[in-house]
Amino acid sequence: MTTTDGGRALIKALELEGTEVVFGLPGGAILPVYDPIIDSPIRHILVRHEQGAGHMAEGFAHATGRPGVAMVTSGPAATNIVTPLCDAYMDSVPMVVITGQVPSQAIGTDAFQECDTVGITRSVTKHNELVTRAEDIPLVIRQAFHIATTGRPGPVLVDIPKDIVDPKNPASAMEWYWPTDDEVASSLPGYRPTTKGHAKKVREAAQLILAAERPVIYAGGGILKARAAEVLRELAELTGIPVVTTLMARGAFPDDHPLCLGMPGMHGNYTAVTAMQESDLLIALGSRFDDRVTGKVDAFAPGAKVIHVDIDPAELGKVRRPDVPIVGDCRLVITEIVRALRDLSGGDGSADAVAAAQPDRSTWKQTISGWQERFPLVYEPSGPGDLLKPQYVLEELRSRAPEDCIVASGVGQHQMWTSQYWRFNHPYTWINSGGLGTMGFSVPAAIGAKVGRPDRMVWAVDGDGCFQMTAQELVTAATERIPVKVAILNNAYLGMVRQWQEMFYEERYSEVYLSPDLPDYVKWSEAMGCVAMRVESPEEVGPAIDKANEIDDRPVVLEFRTDAAEKVFPMVPAGLSNSDIVVDPSQGGGAR
Amino acid sequence: MNLPAPAPAPKHHVLSVLVENRSGVLARVAGLFARRGYNIYSLAVAPTDDERFSRITVVVDVETAPLEQIVKQLNKLINVIKISELDPRDSVERELMLATVKALPDTRHQVIELVELFDGRVLDVGHDEMTVSLDDHPGRLDDLEELLRPLGIIDLQRTGRVALPKLEHAG
Ligand SMILES: Cc1ncc(C[n+]2csc(CCOP(=O)(O)OP(=O)(O)O)c2C)c(N)n1
Ligand SMILES: [Mg+2]
Repeated sequence: MTTTDGGRALIKALELEGTEVVFGLPGGAILPVYDPIIDSPIRHILVRHEQGAGHMAEGFAHATGRPGVAMVTSGPAATNIVTPLCDAYMDSVPMVVITGQVPSQAIGTDAFQECDTVGITRSVTKHNELVTRAEDIPLVIRQAFHIATTGRPGPVLVDIPKDIVDPKNPASAMEWYWPTDDEVASSLPGYRPTTKGHAKKVREAAQLILAAERPVIYAGGGILKARAAEVLRELAELTGIPVVTTLMARGAFPDDHPLCLGMPGMHGNYTAVTAMQESDLLIALGSRFDDRVTGKVDAFAPGAKVIHVDIDPAELGKVRRPDVPIVGDCRLVITEIVRALRDLSGGDGSADAVAAAQPDRSTWKQTISGWQERFPLVYEPSGPGDLLKPQYVLEELRSRAPEDCIVASGVGQHQMWTSQYWRFNHPYTWINSGGLGTMGFSVPAAIGAKVGRPDRMVWAVDGDGCFQMTAQELVTAATERIPVKVAILNNAYLGMVRQWQEMFYEERYSEVYLSPDLPDYVKWSEAMGCVAMRVESPEEVGPAIDKANEIDDRPVVLEFRTDAAEKVFPMVPAGLSNSDIVVDPSQGGGAR
Repeated sequence: MNLPAPAPAPKHHVLSVLVENRSGVLARVAGLFARRGYNIYSLAVAPTDDERFSRITVVVDVETAPLEQIVKQLNKLINVIKISELDPRDSVERELMLATVKALPDTRHQVIELVELFDGRVLDVGHDEMTVSLDDHPGRLDDLEELLRPLGIIDLQRTGRVALPKLEHAG
């Protein structure tokens, strides 16, 4: 046994958990931990705001599948990271956040920079813990990584009082030890996620699939978390069943695949929304019947039976009662369903045998392709001298980026257009804030993704409103030589809110105008160490993007001046049924 | 004075929640109820015979959310070990009530009679008031409370129920 102190033990524990990068910013309470970091192989990325650290850790996790790690001090730093914690909690992102805390004796005295971090973050973490003894640090860190990455992933926060990590304080002295997997498991008697599906239920699911006439696979973010994209494809191809990919699952099934219907939901495309609505069987895989997908719940897919596979038992029946609920890991359960389909079909278990065991679905397929032909995504190209169309910018961005380019987005109209117009053909290429809808997510998330996948091109598509919330992290990117690219769709408005005010508040625009010129995005970006360009006319779009794509030694910002009047369609107005979907005015507005 | 809430109707369910005995666990459980919009009717917590665990007996108002969702959400808390729903028909339930009642010389005997009838106890006697206690099935507490009310309840405190499953009897 070696004698050490809590601070060094913490860093060593992070190293042993495989941490390569920590995003953070030091301060009084966490100071002692920042000393051993100097001697550690862990790369520390110094952010400009703790919210940035949290979203970078999320971006890193989204892109790599490995837990993101952030470390900040007590009090205001801890409160600054609450938003990313909540964001990660809503989108099931594995993340470990370490916060400093005032010394044990000072807890409860309203000491300088003291706040009840564990209390504040309890409802936005999968778990959190205030460590009270130095010798507990290795076990608590192991537990944190275990909880963050297993079952339904999520953020875990570890709050550490200064005295137990400060080598000058006797309370920090400890004997080093590294708990075994068994010790970790037995230290968490209440935590046993179920991963394997119930065999009988799997069989029932396969039977429903074989009998369905109008089935749709409703793939959610759980597919990506479970690394189940390949088996999802096997299931779809074996059965010929079309797939919708939710906002959190874009890329989980290739957009270019003939069975892909794209994104459902409030701004989903007509076919994805309507196919779910008219289906007789929804195969929900790692999705959670979010209100942005279902519209008015009582009117959602009224004729559909539901198979619901999720690792979180609480999701089954939370919104819609499934006919066949299966608790388990999507990858394992889908594999089992595929096996059961082959068994039940008889014959040699081939795709032909499975096809022969299913009803003739040609009418359903024709109906779907009819919708696809009648209601594709459309927009009116801009006329000479007009502002740019955001959809055009996205088409150009997409076609000029490598196939496996990673794209992160902020929250608003630009997010919906990115999800609609980017063609996602690979898993883990789309990073966004789906559940919480956090403006300011994209710049730091893109930086985190680029740190995790330096081999990939990473674009952030941002709104002018969002950009102003976290742009300072471009200083981090420039300093650390993290060459992300940012496309600002500058419509001079909080565009999504403007759209609602136009459609539902009689065009009474209240507090949504931002100005196209203030700030000057080019100067601002240059001041932060980026290359920056302003793009105003359609013929400049392609060349500017090509130029940005060539720069690989520093961050680049392209500011596109886009048309504020452009609205996101289709749209299911909040509170209405998905059958009341409104399509683009050129397709008749209110559809059907 | 806070009037005691009405007796639990069938829309209430009793959950016995075995949790790790460590700081903050009660806050996690109570916080979860608040955040998910479930109402707690009563709650009692104490260590079990095994010092590693505590038992929280919580009576929940299931009008606010289906019991199944409450149980599943509770189960997601890392420090929650096990949850059992205790059906009143298959469990033994007890609750303790303390009540200070007006007891003037001419009504004092009425209080004493009532308390004796219920097998309760007189704990304290003042000039014109009396503190009595009863530990029994919650329904019996309701009854005694009703009967004491006309005499004048000055203060009343109930603990919330605790419960354990009924044993199987050998014949
Ligand atoms: C932190 C935060 N504040 C407020 C909102 C509400 N909101 C949603 S979209 C939006 C407008 C975003 O504006 P911008 O970034 O310019 O994007 P656009 O919709 O114009 O593309 C607002 C204010 C939010 N989602 N997040
Ligand atoms: Mg905008």
